[in-house]
Amino acid sequence: MSAAAPPGARLLEVRGLHAQYGPTKVLHGLDFDVAEGGITTILGANGAGKTTTLRAVCNMVRTEGQIVLAGARIDGLATENIVRKGVAHVPDGRGTFLNLSVEENLRLGAYTRRDRSQVETDFERVYGYFPRLKERRHQQAGTLSGGEQQMLAVSRALMLRPRLLLLDEPSFGLAPMVVQHLFEIFRTINAQDRIGMLLVEQNASMALRLAQHAYLLETGRVVVSGPAEAIRNDETVRRSYLGY
Amino acid sequence: MEQLTHQILSGLATGGIYASLALALVMIYQATHLVNFAQGEMAMFATYLAWALLQAGVPYWGAFAITVASAFVLGVVIERVIIRPVEDSPILVIVIVFIALLVIFNSVAGWIFSYTIKPFPSPFPAQPLFGNSYVSSHELGSTAITLVVLLLLFVFFRFTPLGLAMRAAAQNPVSSRLVGIRVGWMLALGWGLAAAIGAVAGMMVAPTVFLEPNMMGGVLLYAFAGALLGGIDSPGGAVLGGFIVGVLENVVGAYVGTELKLTLALVVIVGVLVVRPSGMFGRVNVVRV
Repeated sequence: MSAAAPPGARLLEVRGLHAQYGPTKVLHGLDFDVAEGGITTILGANGAGKTTTLRAVCNMVRTEGQIVLAGARIDGLATENIVRKGVAHVPDGRGTFLNLSVEENLRLGAYTRRDRSQVETDFERVYGYFPRLKERRHQQAGTLSGGEQQMLAVSRALMLRPRLLLLDEPSFGLAPMVVQHLFEIFRTINAQDRIGMLLVEQNASMALRLAQHAYLLETGRVVVSGPAEAIRNDETVRRSYLGY
Repeated sequence: MEQLTHQILSGLATGGIYASLALALVMIYQATHLVNFAQGEMAMFATYLAWALLQAGVPYWGAFAITVASAFVLGVVIERVIIRPVEDSPILVIVIVFIALLVIFNSVAGWIFSYTIKPFPSPFPAQPLFGNSYVSSHELGSTAITLVVLLLLFVFFRFTPLGLAMRAAAQNPVSSRLVGIRVGWMLALGWGLAAAIGAVAGMMVAPTVFLEPNMMGGVLLYAFAGALLGGIDSPGGAVLGGFIVGVLENVVGAYVGTELKLTLALVVIVGVLVVRPSGMFGRVNVVRV
């Protein structure tokens, strides 16, 4: 299968992405896209380079290659400046500020925004998605359960009002019910606000049902790519790479 | 009884100075996990600046404001120029840089201003306020100033977006970058604030200990004892610890013997480290291996 780009305007265009930790090369020239308002998923086994791909987009590892966000190069910018261009990252491990309250965690998500009144409406919006967070808003975030911390991580990212949301295994360690709810919310946000998403997942079947376009990674290279629908229905790909 | 009350009250006055310096130590510790040994010498240097301004005829509160502002800038510059390049070095390297800063400030102060002991004025009247016989006006005034500084810091860290960002940057730099905080600048700001607090402490303690390049040596030791007693990673604890050490120091000095004052600080330091390294309010860090 060719590395065909998803249709429509591109929000994120990545060409020839290499990344390394110290002397260890992890990514060997990836090409992928996220369409404007689209959802792209990156699948692969442990150690394939999925998390590194997201980190590379945010310049959190040593990276080479071309990364274009809405027509402007962002590769080489400092992480905090990439964030300021509207890229929100729900990181591996959730990245909770453990000693701060739930509300302070969310407030930090909106740190770069200056539209105060809009921020207050966004508080209500994420509390609407996750009422549990509202109940616990004065609680120290470190006391939340794993699922609640994942909701917090997603909410914190949404508080940026991002154009592009990077999601690193949001289903990790969560009960199936919670995963369903979370993916439902991704669908809503995507439909309502046309936020583009780059989703990295172990849970391939969930991811392929949410995304329009998918890439399969194997040891730092794209081995298969195409419309999510087609990959989902491709028996050989499913058996050999996705194992379900 | 009256003497004890007197000792406790003036202990609280010096304790306030230890408390603010302890807080400065904790602020840098929280961000870098290292104790800035040069904190005291930076405060001493700032106090000399205040002295020079006063000599030049600047009124006291004008000199006070200029000194605090310059100390802030100096703190930021030190972090950016000297600490930043060694940030990721092994701990020993950073400790040596701190000690080098201590020695440099000490000798430069001696070189510019000489090692002779100078009197430093208090902004408060010589007669006790409100006709009380317990505390001098300087003790009362410096306690008030310390409390105002502590209150301002509390409000800043608790209720302003910048204060929140600084707390976030200190505890989780990676996530902080991911919400767009410029972590490097937050650390530099922390150094600036710590230096400014130190400058206030220096100007408040100088009328009692007199101005000379080694004036902060003992003060820093008490502040360190206070910070450890309260918990080196707990700002509130460090402040309380500073006050406790101030009172203890004064009471021990009056009833046991002045020679034992400094010993007390060392006893507190060793005692806390042996019995309860996290202090009264510090977090015990459990690491899974």
